[in-house]
Amino acid sequence: MSANSTIAAARPQIRGAATFLPPIILLAGAFVAFWLFPYDLGFMTRILIMMVFVLSFDLILGYAGIATLGHAAMYGCGAYAAGLFAIHVSADPLLGLAIGAAAGALIALVSGLLLMRAHGLSLLMLSIAVTMVLQETASKARGITGGADGLTGISMGPVLGIFEFDFIGKTAFWYAFCVLFVILLVLRVVVASPFGLALRGIKDSPSRMRAIGTPLYRRKVAAYVLGGAIAGIAGALTAQITSLVSIEAFNFALSAEVMVMLVLGGAGRLYGALIGTLVFMTVHHIAAGIDPFNWLFVIGFMVLAVVFFLPEGLISLPKRLMRLD
Amino acid sequence: MTTGLQVRNVSKNFGGLRVARDITLDLPAGARTALIGPNGAGKTTFANLIIGALEPTSGSIYLDGHDISKLPEATRVGAGIAKTFQITNLFRSLSVRDNVRLPILERERRTASFLRRYDGDSAVEEEVEKTLAEFQLLPLADHLVRNLAYGQQRLVELALTLSLKPRILILDEPAAGVPSSDSHLIIDAIKRLPADLSVLIIEHDMELVFEVANRIIVLVNGTILVEGTPQEISQDPKVRELYLGAGHG
Ligand SMILES: Nc1ncnc2c1ncn2[C@@H]1O[C@H](COP(=O)(O)OP(=O)(O)OP(=O)(O)O)[C@@H](O)[C@H]1O
Ligand SMILES: [Mg+2]
Repeated sequence: MSANSTIAAARPQIRGAATFLPPIILLAGAFVAFWLFPYDLGFMTRILIMMVFVLSFDLILGYAGIATLGHAAMYGCGAYAAGLFAIHVSADPLLGLAIGAAAGALIALVSGLLLMRAHGLSLLMLSIAVTMVLQETASKARGITGGADGLTGISMGPVLGIFEFDFIGKTAFWYAFCVLFVILLVLRVVVASPFGLALRGIKDSPSRMRAIGTPLYRRKVAAYVLGGAIAGIAGALTAQITSLVSIEAFNFALSAEVMVMLVLGGAGRLYGALIGTLVFMTVHHIAAGIDPFNWLFVIGFMVLAVVFFLPEGLISLPKRLMRLD
Repeated sequence: MTTGLQVRNVSKNFGGLRVARDITLDLPAGARTALIGPNGAGKTTFANLIIGALEPTSGSIYLDGHDISKLPEATRVGAGIAKTFQITNLFRSLSVRDNVRLPILERERRTASFLRRYDGDSAVEEEVEKTLAEFQLLPLADHLVRNLAYGQQRLVELALTLSLKPRILILDEPAAGVPSSDSHLIIDAIKRLPADLSVLIIEHDMELVFEVANRIIVLVNGTILVEGTPQEISQDPKVRELYLGAGHG
């Protein structure tokens, strides 16, 4: 009885700490990084954007268990949509993000209606195929997209009409950080909702989900569309901040790297996506700086080690260490 | 209007293998029917045909007079049919509590909502705790299902299915794998079921069958061999032969 009430009393505190601590750490980390590495703002901004992208994949793979190799499709569409919107319609960054989200969601919906009927290997193949079709389309539609040369001529207005993008990249850094922060908070609400629980149920046992009456296909399409919208935002951020959309946005390597970063950090945890992206990109950056030809070895061995010794990803390291003592 | 479940001339072939042959049976409201038969008789297949996990090769299934043969499984479950799995099929990386919570949320048609917390509805939470208590699962509520002993998982399997509050319930060997010290939890739960619920229980344990069923169907090679009250079945020469073996004469 007393033990029970102690647990009951302790639980809200634990939950409170788990709720507020990680975002505070994230915020503090951004400030520290901003002061420590003032000359690496561009690189750090790329990390922030990639974090948004990997988070969107975590919802799909980590929570719903839907394994695809075509997540770049939504990223690329978001990037092109935001780029074209900035050139032809409005230079407002936030409007551009909304357009990127809409484009990502739309392509996720259209392709998802087909993809979410497939499983396993055929799903992997189909998702790759969708991205290839999009890449080829962007490459052929030279007049609109700039083809292989990429989409150039993007220039953005100030964020909220106040913060001009500066030469050093301070605005870009904080802009990307704020977007990441908001996306993270949104996803935390989503994964703690009945919908989020249903996604975890789908990952664990689709057959049992059907047996409790879940319209599996609809839930999966919904997850794919939401993930697609966020991936579209990541693409839009890239377009806005680099003032360029490269045809590489649809690259297969990007879809694969997203999966590697997520597995590295730990899928289905949100913060695992952040850690995986940070570690992957930092190691990549440093290793490529030291040896531009052999950096893949370092990444490869790192991923091998994590998959073997920490199958739940880097985020499970503290728990693992505590159990060892 | 006819209430309950009607199965009419249902057959199922797996390639050349005929696993269900022309099965016709009624499961009216309040039924307590047992489906027995040797291994491989087609009992689990029949359960899957009713719930829609498998599509019949021919024949029809009606719920309250409506043909549900073409409806997908999730729709049939939404209409009030539920079954337990012979081999436990749970959300292994979720806690016991979430395993009970999820079907309740689904039953209440909540799983499309993504803005509120999944544990935020007090009526749902109350029901979750009550269900856990009923199966003496409260001490295990925060454990992940994959860390439970198999017998405990069987209890979760039953608790999860019952929390759907079905009108037609199929139990596929609910007591198999449950240690005898806990089997009373299963039997009690079955006895506590609402009187107007239709239950089809697939079971090898004859003691359990005689305790809960008032009607028994014997399935052999995909066909109904005999059907009757427990007394009739236990005295039926064909059944005795089947269960005692021809050699016992
Ligand atoms: N998906 C399938 N494809 C092919 N054959 C199947 C399939 N499912 C079941 N069978 C076969 O159908 C027959 C009936 O199997 P079923 O599982 O329905 O029997 P059962 O009466 O439930 O047996 P048990 O008492 O062992 O649970 C078996 O011979 C089985 O091998
Ligand atoms: Mg069976």
